Amino acid sequence: MARVLEFDLGTPETVGEPIGLTIDGAAVTVPEGTSILRAAAVAGIAIPKLCATDSLDAFGSCRLCLVEIEGRAGTPAACATPVAPGMAVRTRSAQLDRVRRNVIELYLSDHAAHPDRGECELCAQAAALGVRGSRYAGGAAHDGLPCDESNPYFVFDPARCIVCSRCVRACDEVQGTLALTIEGRGFASKVSAGQDELFLSSECVSCGACVQACPTEALVEKAVLEVGPPDRSEVTTCGYCGVGCTFKAELRDDRLVRMVPWKDGKANHGHSCVKGRFAWGYASHRERVLEPMIRTSIGEPWRTVSWDEAIAHTAAEFARIEARYGAHAIGGITSSRCTNEETYLVQKMIRARFGVNNVDTCARVCHSPTGYGLKTTLGTSAGTQDFDSVEQADVIVVIGANPTDGHPVFASRMKQRLRALSEGGGGAKLIVIDPRRIDLVRTPHVRAAHHLALRPGTNVAVLVALAHVIVTEGLIDEAFVRERCAIEDFQAWAEHVAGPEHSPEATEAVTGVPAGELRAAARLYATGGAAAIYYGLGVTEHSQGSTAVMAIANLAMATGNLGKPGVGVNPLRGQNNVQGACDMGSFPHELTGYRHVSDEATRALFEAAWGAPIDPEPGLRIPNMLDAAVAGRFKALYVQGEDILQSDPNTKHVAAGLAAMECVVIHDLFLNETANYGHVFLPGSTFLEKDGTFTNAERRIQRVRRVIPPKNGFEDWEITQKLSTALGYPMAYEHPSQIMDEIARLTPTFASVSYDLLEREGSVQWPCNAAAPAGTPVMHLERFVRGLGKFVVTEYLATDEKVGPRFPLLLTTGRILSQYNVGAQTRRTENVVWHEEDVLEIHPHDAEERGVRERDWVQLASRAGSTTLRARITDRVAPGVVYTTFHHPSTQANVVTTDYSDWATNCPEYKVTAVQVAPSNGPTDWQERYEAMSARSRRIAPEPAE
Amino acid sequence: MSAAARPDRLIYMANQIARFFDDQPGDAAAGVAQHLKSFWDPQMRAEIVAWRAAGGEGLDPVAREAVGRLV
Repeated sequence: MARVLEFDLGTPETVGEPIGLTIDGAAVTVPEGTSILRAAAVAGIAIPKLCATDSLDAFGSCRLCLVEIEGRAGTPAACATPVAPGMAVRTRSAQLDRVRRNVIELYLSDHAAHPDRGECELCAQAAALGVRGSRYAGGAAHDGLPCDESNPYFVFDPARCIVCSRCVRACDEVQGTLALTIEGRGFASKVSAGQDELFLSSECVSCGACVQACPTEALVEKAVLEVGPPDRSEVTTCGYCGVGCTFKAELRDDRLVRMVPWKDGKANHGHSCVKGRFAWGYASHRERVLEPMIRTSIGEPWRTVSWDEAIAHTAAEFARIEARYGAHAIGGITSSRCTNEETYLVQKMIRARFGVNNVDTCARVCHSPTGYGLKTTLGTSAGTQDFDSVEQADVIVVIGANPTDGHPVFASRMKQRLRALSEGGGGAKLIVIDPRRIDLVRTPHVRAAHHLALRPGTNVAVLVALAHVIVTEGLIDEAFVRERCAIEDFQAWAEHVAGPEHSPEATEAVTGVPAGELRAAARLYATGGAAAIYYGLGVTEHSQGSTAVMAIANLAMATGNLGKPGVGVNPLRGQNNVQGACDMGSFPHELTGYRHVSDEATRALFEAAWGAPIDPEPGLRIPNMLDAAVAGRFKALYVQGEDILQSDPNTKHVAAGLAAMECVVIHDLFLNETANYGHVFLPGSTFLEKDGTFTNAERRIQRVRRVIPPKNGFEDWEITQKLSTALGYPMAYEHPSQIMDEIARLTPTFASVSYDLLEREGSVQWPCNAAAPAGTPVMHLERFVRGLGKFVVTEYLATDEKVGPRFPLLLTTGRILSQYNVGAQTRRTENVVWHEEDVLEIHPHDAEERGVRERDWVQLASRAGSTTLRARITDRVAPGVVYTTFHHPSTQANVVTTDYSDWATNCPEYKVTAVQVAPSNGPTDWQERYEAMSARSRRIAPEPAE
Repeated sequence: MSAAARPDRLIYMANQIARFFDDQPGDAAAGVAQHLKSFWDPQMRAEIVAWRAAGGEGLDPVAREAVGRLV
């Protein structure tokens, strides 16, 4: 494995008419607007530079990239000078070398000596120009300034900083946080986080863009200082959210040194967030379990066994349960943290070996309503656009999503588009529909045109009211509807939404959204140009989750905002492979590519390939499995990579279901909360330790590459294969590429996908087949997948989870930037410095009424259960609404959430729970009992003496 | 069927589905029945069918009609 090299072309790419010029006598043709610096780089001529990099706009401050242009006086900076037709440029001359050497000497005078790790561009330029020292006095302004080591992942040493502003510009232009600035003037100028604060206590979100941009190692990863510079790298895909950032995993010997976002990554274009770039330490965390374990009952300590014994024991237990209770008592659950190939194998094993469809995936509890809603209206379960599409949006609607925390790298792209509006470069206007004032509502240079702060649970009422305005004010794109949609369905829908009971004025009392604000938002969406909707779990995790997804699709169809760039219906997937897990036939009613198990032709295809009959009936979903377990009908479960006890609603019910089973197999990295009820533990491999593919929220299939050997001995697909073989359904894949080849043979939308194609293209978006050999960035261009788009009547129905005197507040849940899902990974990294515990956000009025002060312990109680956590008083939440995260098992927010779920998919209603909040002096009895039980359950028996 | 065997959860889910299809144009019960066939495991369907056969207490009219069509 060699080091993956990226070439810095100095300034960003431009689009324009071709311009011809000569550089050092060589003819070059580049688009109009290209800088001389970039044109030279394209021609293979490296002009010395320091302040320029191709991820940032030209700055023209370092004066190192000076050139001579025939017919022009002086020595202009190549980075800031655009090419012109017929221009003749010289990049080397005695005068230029003299000036550059002098510039280097000036920089060296204020750059502390440091070990040469080969990554300091200033030292490299000095060496190239033959500069060995400086004639100028030392830079008193920066020598001796304290090194900022507050961030857990990187340091800032002002003595090495040359104040080139690359870090400041990266924070501004790439990340969009504007946490950094240059403070002072002249020699006294220095990079400052916030208002001369430490990086950790400033607004810095630790995305690492500044570290990546720094040319002098003034900002450098602590791991590089500790381990040394990397000597090899491999491109792979992040294991966190659905953005699917690609990284160069850089190693020294066999040790991972850092993750550097890959410039050619088509989802992230060289950017990253604090999780993807830095939070990978969990892979070597001391709590990771590397050897298989078994036990006969959950009251016993675990016993470490060999892989052979663990697999044989599991197979014997499953066979026993099958013989006693029947195959319908057995099922499997996959995780969106697993690769496509892994999830495919689990559903194949359950279906082919046991002849049942009891397979489900964690998308059940997040985006299953997207599957139902988009398949019903548009014809397939997928976001319609690629991420790049946002650059062409004129109006952006964010509903029930918090991109800056949940999908931070895409949020930065979105912010760039939104900021362009205030900076006079076109840009997009923003509508936020969310009970909370998420960061996007008001962030530097971005202000939402409309924030519809609706009451939790009223999404559908708001969406229908928006439709009411569009229909009754004549804002329908009639040509689009006539050409692309089923007209009878449209008429029924239009008649329905036009009813006076759906007007903003009529629904205001229910939704809490001022009618005037809603009308203005509807007009903007319908008439503001290309309008794109981005939504998240704030839409899906409701009793009307599927209805809301269909209501969103209705709006997009009605206004013609589908089938072209800049528009669309875009679900922001929570985990890295939610889209892929759904594509891979992980749902109990579908085979790969969203084909129902009742379809005879599809079943025949799989039966021929798998050599086993496929059950034509749907299987059990996760909540159905738990219900069946409590009822005594479901006895064995294989859980790959998912912690259902912590992540699924109504923890007590989940615990009761798990406790009722006779064999729960946990295939994971850690003894997670579900493992408290496990009988077999199969150690899993991290994303760094295996080959495979992930499919991100824009349907982009990307390679996951094995960077280091699996510490547990096997990649996860190998473990499933061992288990399947032991169960009597042999599998003999030698590499995940063979699994993908099988998927492609059986799945029309994946027909042309192969690892060879992914090597050539980097990534590809499905559908990828003979009709679209290079993939499909934007779907539904000429027609919808289902043919004519289907409008669906979406009547608002209030949730049955009601507030009342006992439970007067509404709880909604979500995630924060530094933590991920149940926190199994991020809690085992330094990211805990940003989020040590889950807290309850409560409005000042509600807090005052209850005598709750900042950081007080409070009891959060619902009809399902209660827990305690600390209070954070903030007006980000409206009066009557409280909010928390679910990253920490000590809090277990899902003790409080209920069994209510989406009518179509059983996706839990996490976003609406009626609760009461009261001061408390410590953990609840349940928390104390659970902690004790958890400690008991995690005991591992000592090795017997020889 | 004994009171203890009342499938409350399934009754609730069936009624939820019926409330959606009740607002759609056309045959609501047909929509509900198709939804149950497409997404409910046969054991769940058998249970709700048995409950309806035993009187179907708690099932809304559209849900009751739809469950009847599963037989």
